[in-house]
Amino acid sequence: MTSAPAAVEARNLSKEFDGRTVVDRISFAVPRGTTFGLLGANGAGKTTTILMLLGLLRPDSGEARVLGHDMEHDRFRALQRANFSSPYVSLPHRLTARQNLTVYGRLYGVADVRRRIEQIARELRIEDLLDRPVGQMSAGQKTRVGIGKVLLNNPEVLFLDEPTASLSPESATWLRSFLGRYRDSTRATIVLASHNMPEVEAMCDNIAFLQQGRLLEQGAPRELIRRHGKQTLEQVFLEVAEAAGERQPGPGDGA
Amino acid sequence: MKASLGRIGAMMTRYTYLYLVSPIRILELVYWPTFNMLIWGFMQEYLNSATHPAVFAASYLIAAVLLWDVLFRSQLGLTLGFVEEMWARNLGHLAVSPLRPLEFVGALIATSLVRTLIGVGGAGFLATLFFGFNALELGVGLALFFLNLVIMGWGVGLVVCAILLRYGLAAEALAWGALFVLQPLCGVFYPVSILPDWLEPIARALPATHVFEGMRTVVQDGRLDTGLLAQAFLLNIPYALAGLAAFLGSYAVARRRGLLMSTGE
Repeated sequence: MTSAPAAVEARNLSKEFDGRTVVDRISFAVPRGTTFGLLGANGAGKTTTILMLLGLLRPDSGEARVLGHDMEHDRFRALQRANFSSPYVSLPHRLTARQNLTVYGRLYGVADVRRRIEQIARELRIEDLLDRPVGQMSAGQKTRVGIGKVLLNNPEVLFLDEPTASLSPESATWLRSFLGRYRDSTRATIVLASHNMPEVEAMCDNIAFLQQGRLLEQGAPRELIRRHGKQTLEQVFLEVAEAAGERQPGPGDGA
Repeated sequence: MKASLGRIGAMMTRYTYLYLVSPIRILELVYWPTFNMLIWGFMQEYLNSATHPAVFAASYLIAAVLLWDVLFRSQLGLTLGFVEEMWARNLGHLAVSPLRPLEFVGALIATSLVRTLIGVGGAGFLATLFFGFNALELGVGLALFFLNLVIMGWGVGLVVCAILLRYGLAAEALAWGALFVLQPLCGVFYPVSILPDWLEPIARALPATHVFEGMRTVVQDGRLDTGLLAQAFLLNIPYALAGLAAFLGSYAVARRRGLLMSTGE
């Protein structure tokens, strides 16, 4: 990790649902201008962690800070400068992409919403989708429009839950490259949740392995691979999970 | 403040878009108020011809049914705006945007006001065409009756939203039915003095009861009873505050239990 001030911080975050611990005292810090990946099988606690970082879910204990703001008591100032996308939460179906983006552009106080939408549409190659109701789009198209919503306010922090889950391999590669360029040109910070190991390896400066709500290990992907003497991140994950004594279904197994 | 109004305006744009993409929804706004008004208008005509005119003031029932619709539409308008977000599974997106819960409430209230004016305004216009009803006969009281009824409607609407937030769309029927529990008590079509003794105090604890009593005083005696209006206003304060507290409380619980992201069908 670098010594740059953290854009996103989790300090001993914990969450229980119905007596079951889904996030267990997780701590990490994400320096500005870097990409951080939360890795783990389904149910590992990745999305719950992101929702706590966004202030959408209140932690039972611990603290989440984004851009220096405490997300329990001061979250709206951070939310103005951040954004979130998940392929599992699409935009309202009856409205067209342009209408949805207009509403969200105005919610974020974007100065010239119409021009910003045109600009984003060009960058994301979604001009032909703008006037189509979101409900009539394929999953991949919805994901691209969702990324458009994320970029509306030129966010300093992007929270992305499975950003390429519904995309074709070509589109996924293109989006990964696009997000990397966005980060490099704006010094934005990206926090993403994924169980796609190659994707995380390609995109992230640092990662954290989660299993059953616990953070097993964190660090730079190459450093983790080297430290464990493995060829891929997936091999590292399996070894770490096994060492934790509770080997879980592998990433992407849909557990 | 400016940013706040901008976000409320953004949400009103969202609800306006819903009507633009589905214009048939506008029909829904005026359909039931008009249908109701016609039934009671014809009933009024019949009663006027069958009974002594002194027993039934000319526009009594029409005024009653239109004011009832003000109460009902203001509650429904607010609740449906919220239900729309649940149907669209959009609450999570809104909750991670800069939109504050109070601004969300402001947008729901503003949208409800527009919906109520369109729905009841349309029915009122038709009542003039069909039955020669003149709402302006209610004088300055009309605006005060209207104001009291929409405030109570919003208070009840916020409580319904709080329940929806807690129990999800399983409680959706409340959006349409909640207020009808109170209708027999409000004295919409009859004085509350005809209720059983034990029910009368309960009826008088409802702001709308004083509005409908006040409406009858204007229609039958041509006199605006400011005492009744004052009681309605005083009662509306705790109703509105309780509605707001219920909504904000339920929102806080939803944040703790992770319900904001999981709402929907």
